[in-house]
Amino acid sequence: MKHTIAVLVENKPGVLARVASLFRRRGFNIDSLSVGTTEREDLSRMTIVVEGDDKVVEQVIKQLNKLIETIKVSEISESSVERELCLIRVHAPPEKRGEIVELTNIFRARIVDVSRDSFIIEVTGDEDKVSAFIDLMRQYGIKELARTGKVAMVRGSKK
Amino acid sequence: MRAADAIVKALEMEGIEVVFGIPGGAIIEVYDALYDSGIQHITTRHEQGATHAADGYARASGKVGVAFTTSGPGATNTVTGIATAYMDSSPIVVFTGQVPTSMIGNDAFQEADITGITMPVTKHNYLVTDAKDVLSIIKEAFHIASTGRPGPVLVDLPKDITTADIDFNYPKKINLPGYKPKLEGHPKQIARAAELIMKAERPVILAGGGVIISNASKELVELAETIPAFVVTTLMGKGSIPETHPLSLGFAGMHGTKYANYALSESDLIIAVGCRFSDRTTGNVAMFAPNAKIIHIDIDPAEIGKNVNVDVPIVGDAKKVLAKLKKVVEYKQRKEWEDKVNEWKRKYPLKYKKDGFKPQYVIERAYEIMPDAIVTTEVGQNQMWAAQFFKVKYPRQFITSGGLGTMGFGFPAAMGAQVAFPEKTVIDIAGDGSFFMNIQELATCVKYEIPVKVLVLNNGYLGMVRQWQELFYRERYSATCIGCEKTGFEAIARGFGAIGMTVEKPSEVDDALKEAKEIDAPVVIDFRIDYQANVFPMVPPGASLKEIIDDE
Ligand SMILES: Cc1ncc(C[n+]2csc(CCOP(=O)(O)OP(=O)(O)O)c2C)c(N)n1
Ligand SMILES: [Mg+2]
Repeated sequence: MKHTIAVLVENKPGVLARVASLFRRRGFNIDSLSVGTTEREDLSRMTIVVEGDDKVVEQVIKQLNKLIETIKVSEISESSVERELCLIRVHAPPEKRGEIVELTNIFRARIVDVSRDSFIIEVTGDEDKVSAFIDLMRQYGIKELARTGKVAMVRGSKK
Repeated sequence: MRAADAIVKALEMEGIEVVFGIPGGAIIEVYDALYDSGIQHITTRHEQGATHAADGYARASGKVGVAFTTSGPGATNTVTGIATAYMDSSPIVVFTGQVPTSMIGNDAFQEADITGITMPVTKHNYLVTDAKDVLSIIKEAFHIASTGRPGPVLVDLPKDITTADIDFNYPKKINLPGYKPKLEGHPKQIARAAELIMKAERPVILAGGGVIISNASKELVELAETIPAFVVTTLMGKGSIPETHPLSLGFAGMHGTKYANYALSESDLIIAVGCRFSDRTTGNVAMFAPNAKIIHIDIDPAEIGKNVNVDVPIVGDAKKVLAKLKKVVEYKQRKEWEDKVNEWKRKYPLKYKKDGFKPQYVIERAYEIMPDAIVTTEVGQNQMWAAQFFKVKYPRQFITSGGLGTMGFGFPAAMGAQVAFPEKTVIDIAGDGSFFMNIQELATCVKYEIPVKVLVLNNGYLGMVRQWQELFYRERYSATCIGCEKTGFEAIARGFGAIGMTVEKPSEVDDALKEAKEIDAPVVIDFRIDYQANVFPMVPPGASLKEIIDDE
C-alpha cells in the first residue's frame, strides 16, 4: 500500500539529510519525495510517498515526529488534492504531430517546447493521470522524462 | 567575549561540574577557556573512554554528562560512546572541535563530518556555522539531551567559531516548536488501564530503564504494592524495585530468572513501563505472553506498538503516569496467582554448580561484602552473571550497556560514576576481553585518584561467544580463546600505578574483596575463574520465554 505523508519541518540546513537518514536506517521505502517552501519562510514542507502496511506507516509517522525539527506530520488520505508534474520529451515527426497535440489537449497538458522532431510536453495531475499520459506517449518514443514527486493537500478549510 | 569563553561560561550556567575529554588543535581555544574556569576536566586516554565516562556519570547521577574532543579522529573516536548512550537513552552532550568553517568540505587536516556520521545515533546534533548562534545551541543541546526521552546530543564547533567575538547573553528560553514531550498521560487511557488492572487475575509489571531515568522507582513500588502485582524488570530496569522486595521477580529475558519469564508468559495483563520490548527481553516475540493484554506506558510514542501490539497505550512520563494510576486502582487479592508465582520462586532459584572456582561465587560475595556499591558491567557472561547474582537495591546502582552491548563500556562508565559519587564504592564487573577494550583508562584513574575497583572474571575467553559456540556451533571455538594466562592483570595494574591482585581459588575471594574495598585507590583483581562456566538459565535464540533451559 502506498501512503502519502506531509511533513512540516523547520527550514534549516541538514533537515533533508535527517529525514533521509531516518528512512534508510529504519528500512522504510521512499517511493517519492518532494521538498519545497511553504506560506511561511521558516518552514518547508516535504511530501513523502511511502510503501508499506499500516504498521510501517505508523512507525514512519512516529519516527518523523521524533525529529526535533519536525513541526507536524500528517497522513494524507482519500479526501485530498494530489499533484505531480512531468516533463516529457517525445519523438514527434510531422505525421504524428496532430495525434500528439490531440492527446495533449485531452489531458489538458501543454506543449512547452517544439523542435524539428520532438516536443516537450508538460503534464500535471494526480499520479494515475500522469502515468496514463506517459503510457500513451510511449508509442511515439519518449526520449527523456522528468517527473516530480507528489505534493498534496487535504481538501476543505484548514484545521 | 571570545566565543570559547562564552561556551565555558554557558556550561557553568548549566551547572556542569566536570568534563571528560582530550584536547587537540581544533578545540584548543575551548580548552584555553576551560583553564580559567571552575569546571574540572578529566583527561582520559581515549575519547571512547571520555564518552563512556560522561555516560556513566550521567547514569549514576541523573545529571547530564559532558565530553570534549578535537576534530577528525578525536570526534570519530566518540561514536561508540555516543551510540551506547543513544541506545540506553542516556543524557550526554559531546562537544567536538571542527576545522574552520571556510575549510569545511575541503578534506582539510583532521576534518571529519561528525554531524553526518552521528546523525543516526544522536537524539539531535548541531554544526555551528554562525558564532552568534552558539549559546542558543548550547542551551538547546542541554535541554534536548535531558528532557523527554533523554539521549546524546553532539555540538560540532568549527575553530573560527570558537575564536569569534560574541556578546554573552545566555538565553533563558528555548525555541523548539517541534519538540514538546508529552508528560502527563491521557486521563482516558489511564482510566482504561485501571479498568484492565482491576479485572486482571494475573497482572505483572514489566519495568524498564525508563523507570530509572524518570526517577519513578517510588511510584512503581507503590503501584505494585497497591494492586498488588509482581514486578519483572528488564536488564535496564534493574534497580527500579529493590530485588529483595517480595514482589520482585528479578529480570526477564534471555538470561533472566525462570520465574520472571514464567510470570510474563502466563500473565493475563502486562503493565509495561519505560521499556521497549527488545528481543533480548521478549524472546521470540510472536510467542511473547500469549494470553496477556498489554498496557504500555512510555514517554516516546514511537516505542508504543513498535515491537508488540498494545491494548492501552499511555504516552507520558513514567513518574507522573504511575502516580496517577496508583490513585485509581484498588487492592484486590489474587491468591491463586500469588501462590503460583511464589511456588516458581521457591522451585527455580538462580543456581550454579559449585565445583571449582565459579564466577557466580565471586559476584555473590561481592554483593555480600559491598551491597551498596554502584556496579557497572562489561558485556558478555560477566554482565549476565552480575545481573543474576548482584541483588540491586536502588535505582542507578546498576549500570550496563543493555542496548548496544558495548564491550569496554563498564570500566570508563565506572570511572564516571565514581567521579559523580566520590564517597561510594564503585565496582566494574568485567570480562577479560572487555576490560582490554578500555584498559588504558587505568592511567586516568591513577592520575585523578579515582578509586574504581575492577573485578575481572578472567576466563581467558570471549566467554559469551564461546558459550554459543559450545551450545550451538558444535564446540568449534573459532577465534574466542584470548588466553590471558601470560598477561597478568595484576602486573598490568601495577604498571599503571594501580593496585593489582590475583585470586586463584574461592577461599581467597572474601579477603581480596574486603581488602580492595578498603583501598582508596584503583584496584584490579584478576579472578582466575573456571573457563567452562556458562550462563544459565537461558532462552535459546528463537525460543519463547517459557522454553528457558537449564544447564543439563
Ligand atoms: C565492542 C564489542 N565487540 C564485540 C562484541 C561481541 N561480544 C559479545 S560478548 C563477547 C565476549 C566478551 O568477552 P569477555 O569480556 O571476556 O566476557 P565474558 O563473556 O568472557 O565474561 C563478545 C566478543 C561486543 N559485544 N562488543
Ligand atoms: Mg572472558
